[in-house]
Amino acid sequence: MESRTKTIIAVIVLVIAAVFCIFKDLSWVSANVSYSFQEVWDALIGNGSWASERIVRDQNAPRVVAGILVGAGLAITGSAMQAVFRNPLASPYILGLSSGASLGAAAGIIFTIPFIPSLIASPILAFVTCFITMALVYTMARAGGTVRTETLILSGVAVSSLMSALVSFMTFISGDKLEGIVFWTMGNLGNADWNEIAFMIPVIVLCSFLLMYQAKPLNAMMLGDAHALDLGVDVKKVRLFVLVLSTLVVAAAVSFVGVIGFIGLVIPHIIRILLGPDNRRIMPLSLIGGACFILICDYISHVIAPQFGTLPIGVTTALIGAPIFVYLLIRRRREVGWN
Amino acid sequence: MSFEVKDLRYTYEDYLVLDGITLPISDGEIIGILGPNGCGKTTLLKNLNKNLSPKGGVVMLDGQDIQELTKKEIAGKIAAVPQTNEIHFAFTVRDIVAMGRMPFQSMMGGESSEDSRIIDDAIEKTGLSGYRNRLINTMSGGERQRVIIARAIAQTPQILLMDEPTLHLDISMQFDALKLVSSISKENGMTVVIVSHDLPLVSRYCDRIVMIHDHRIFAVGTPEEVLTPENMRTVFNVDADLVMDEKIGKRTVMIHDSLGRP
Repeated sequence: MESRTKTIIAVIVLVIAAVFCIFKDLSWVSANVSYSFQEVWDALIGNGSWASERIVRDQNAPRVVAGILVGAGLAITGSAMQAVFRNPLASPYILGLSSGASLGAAAGIIFTIPFIPSLIASPILAFVTCFITMALVYTMARAGGTVRTETLILSGVAVSSLMSALVSFMTFISGDKLEGIVFWTMGNLGNADWNEIAFMIPVIVLCSFLLMYQAKPLNAMMLGDAHALDLGVDVKKVRLFVLVLSTLVVAAAVSFVGVIGFIGLVIPHIIRILLGPDNRRIMPLSLIGGACFILICDYISHVIAPQFGTLPIGVTTALIGAPIFVYLLIRRRREVGWN
Repeated sequence: MSFEVKDLRYTYEDYLVLDGITLPISDGEIIGILGPNGCGKTTLLKNLNKNLSPKGGVVMLDGQDIQELTKKEIAGKIAAVPQTNEIHFAFTVRDIVAMGRMPFQSMMGGESSEDSRIIDDAIEKTGLSGYRNRLINTMSGGERQRVIIARAIAQTPQILLMDEPTLHLDISMQFDALKLVSSISKENGMTVVIVSHDLPLVSRYCDRIVMIHDHRIFAVGTPEEVLTPENMRTVFNVDADLVMDEKIGKRTVMIHDSLGRP
């Protein structure tokens, strides 16, 4: 089949899937009770009962919007990272951003920070430490003069271990606040309220568009830095630009909802298998695919074990994402690039 | 198009790689850069299209220091065939060749009909017509090299830089590749700079040869002037002669033996 036709079909399928996932996630009431899609629609347009409007609009809608932003953001940064690092294993967290953000979040939970209201201390600090981590990794990689992709990965691993150790230390001394830290690192879309979403929207939307704008240079960089340079790509500039944009997206996403894994890793791979490696297709479709995946995981989190309450979403994405990843690794390695 | 290297110096950290290279390159000539491992050939090539920036001296393109040009402007004039490593992502042959048109397109812009024609033409010329939809990560090193040569041709360059272009190619393909490049050069005056170890091939297809030894130009001139037994002994440590291949009436290098490491 011609790739243009395949792309159109993929877009149509993904959009339908997205609408389904949005409605499904909006339909959750409590435990394993859900509304029908008709009831969800009525509640959305203001025709529903008082209860259904409260549940759909106030309980579920912020979570769904946060999910769309986080899922889309993590998936598109995943595709960008895999291109920049020419490494199918790269994820948005490759520079140690998740442990970096966790450090800030943990600090916000444990300590009272002057001038910052305690409620938003964690997201703000997570955002800051996420950026510090990225800057630290980049500076370390630049120490030799030129920044090489391999050095970036190594510095990422090193800094990430350091950050994780600090998080473990903080968890150890946290006393009665232990639960807060642990839950944060497992992710929860319900953490974000409308004010926080209002902050996430411009950051994630703008950065995602700017990332997609780099799709062509990223294609060339997937062949290798030398190839990209020969094709007129200012590799150093594009790489730094993409790293900063990705950090912004990841920081905005995880600061409010915690660490959610496997989306950035798995979604771009699935789309790459279906449509080939061209980032002009991968990046926009990863946006939609990431949003679908996180919403369906969120719905499952709510209904799978109601006796224990809602499962942290990071657990669900990993429980579903890891087997998919293993399948890709074993059965589709050539299309993905693990030859 | 004038292209000139003036007193180029390059160092990696403290290690001197190129020490004052001066080389005017004429329009449409095929120039071979020869030298033993580690003499700085590849570094010189990378300085010619600003993949590296010289620590001293300049590279002038049409009277302008290439440091003042953007990478995209340079790529619109100079194409390169780098030493190819593995490519892990499943791009098709056509995808890769199409990337040769990137310097002429906007960030979001697609392929013009002119672009498509040039891409198809480059695929045709390199004998890849049957491979259009083959995935690059399933191809052998030699096949990949051909795809990269096709991409460089699709870049419609005025100057083509080739780093060990025949390294992975089988013997007949080595000749075909250089024949193709030299015919394009004759046809539209494309200048070609080839870095190579392959003395016989270079002696046959190059108009001029630059021998690099100890980070400097050791000899420069026509193959007859440069590829003398003495020069080849000094620079490559081999016992070799430039001989006439009677069957085709062209000169080629005959390597008799290595002289061993002193």
